[in-house]
Amino acid sequence: MIAALSFYAFAAVLIASAVMVVASRNPVHSVLFLILAFFNAAALFLLAGAEFLAMILVIVYVGAVAVLFLFVVMMLDIDFVQLREGFQRYAPVGAIIGGILLLELLMVLSVSRLAPDAPPLLSPTPTGVTNAEAIGRILYTDYIYLFQASGLILLVAMIGAIVLTLRERPGTRRQNIAEQVARSGSVNLRSVPTGAGLKEIGILRPPSPEEEAPKQVEHHGGHH
Amino acid sequence: MGGTTDMAVSLAHYLTVSAILLVLGIFGIFLNRKNVIVILMSVELILLAVNLNLVAFSASLGDLTGQVFTMFILTVAAAEAAIGLAIVVIYFRNRGTIEVEDISTLKG
Repeated sequence: MIAALSFYAFAAVLIASAVMVVASRNPVHSVLFLILAFFNAAALFLLAGAEFLAMILVIVYVGAVAVLFLFVVMMLDIDFVQLREGFQRYAPVGAIIGGILLLELLMVLSVSRLAPDAPPLLSPTPTGVTNAEAIGRILYTDYIYLFQASGLILLVAMIGAIVLTLRERPGTRRQNIAEQVARSGSVNLRSVPTGAGLKEIGILRPPSPEEEAPKQVEHHGGHH
Repeated sequence: MGGTTDMAVSLAHYLTVSAILLVLGIFGIFLNRKNVIVILMSVELILLAVNLNLVAFSASLGDLTGQVFTMFILTVAAAEAAIGLAIVVIYFRNRGTIEVEDISTLKG
């Protein structure tokens, strides 16, 4: 009874926040409602008995994907009002297609049933172990190749995202390791009397060869 | 639609919720024709509906394969979001806008 009531509550909030994701005027609000939708979907997963996936959904989606969306939305300087143009123009088409799709899905749902002569289960849920352990038992044995392939997909996605967004900006200073390693002649050992400062014994750092004039920074007090 | 395990809520409820979620995602793609970021979020909603279907069937049938595949779908969705947002960022850097209708000027 409590489970059924909480199912209805979580499903209602999930659908309402999904509506707000697509209908919100401000994309930041859309992302926040997306996070709410993920939390409620995780609650529905919990009610279905998939605890591990519920936690993964919260960690991966809320912690990584939704925050990535939030970063991008806030980083890009976009005129959001302009992006709302055509909202009314496309709404009827979308409503018609969505309504037809929903009707079809509900018709399929109302007449569908499980075949009585269905083949036996691939990996029945073992009893007496936790959900995470049960998933681990088949994930690392039966589905090991798919598991490795998904790791490869993540690697390709990571490299792809880095390669796409990396850019060389002119005017930025960075460490030139090859030049540092290849430097010779200016590094030597000296015996220095104890307590003597660098200036007293005449050791000064030689200026680096292609030092361009640094930008003049105004000093406000201190640093004499 | 009798389940083999004791679910608190029947399978049809889960399928209805996920059907509504899927339709909302598709509706969002039509509604926000100009904003690529909201389109990507709608794709995430569609994938969430798929995941909900798989988990509901997995719980109803007592078969863990659905949950394993949900994990793989999560992986692919995360990769897709990362690549999609990277493309949005570099497109915005080059063009100063993210309107979808302008992207049709990219011809190969």
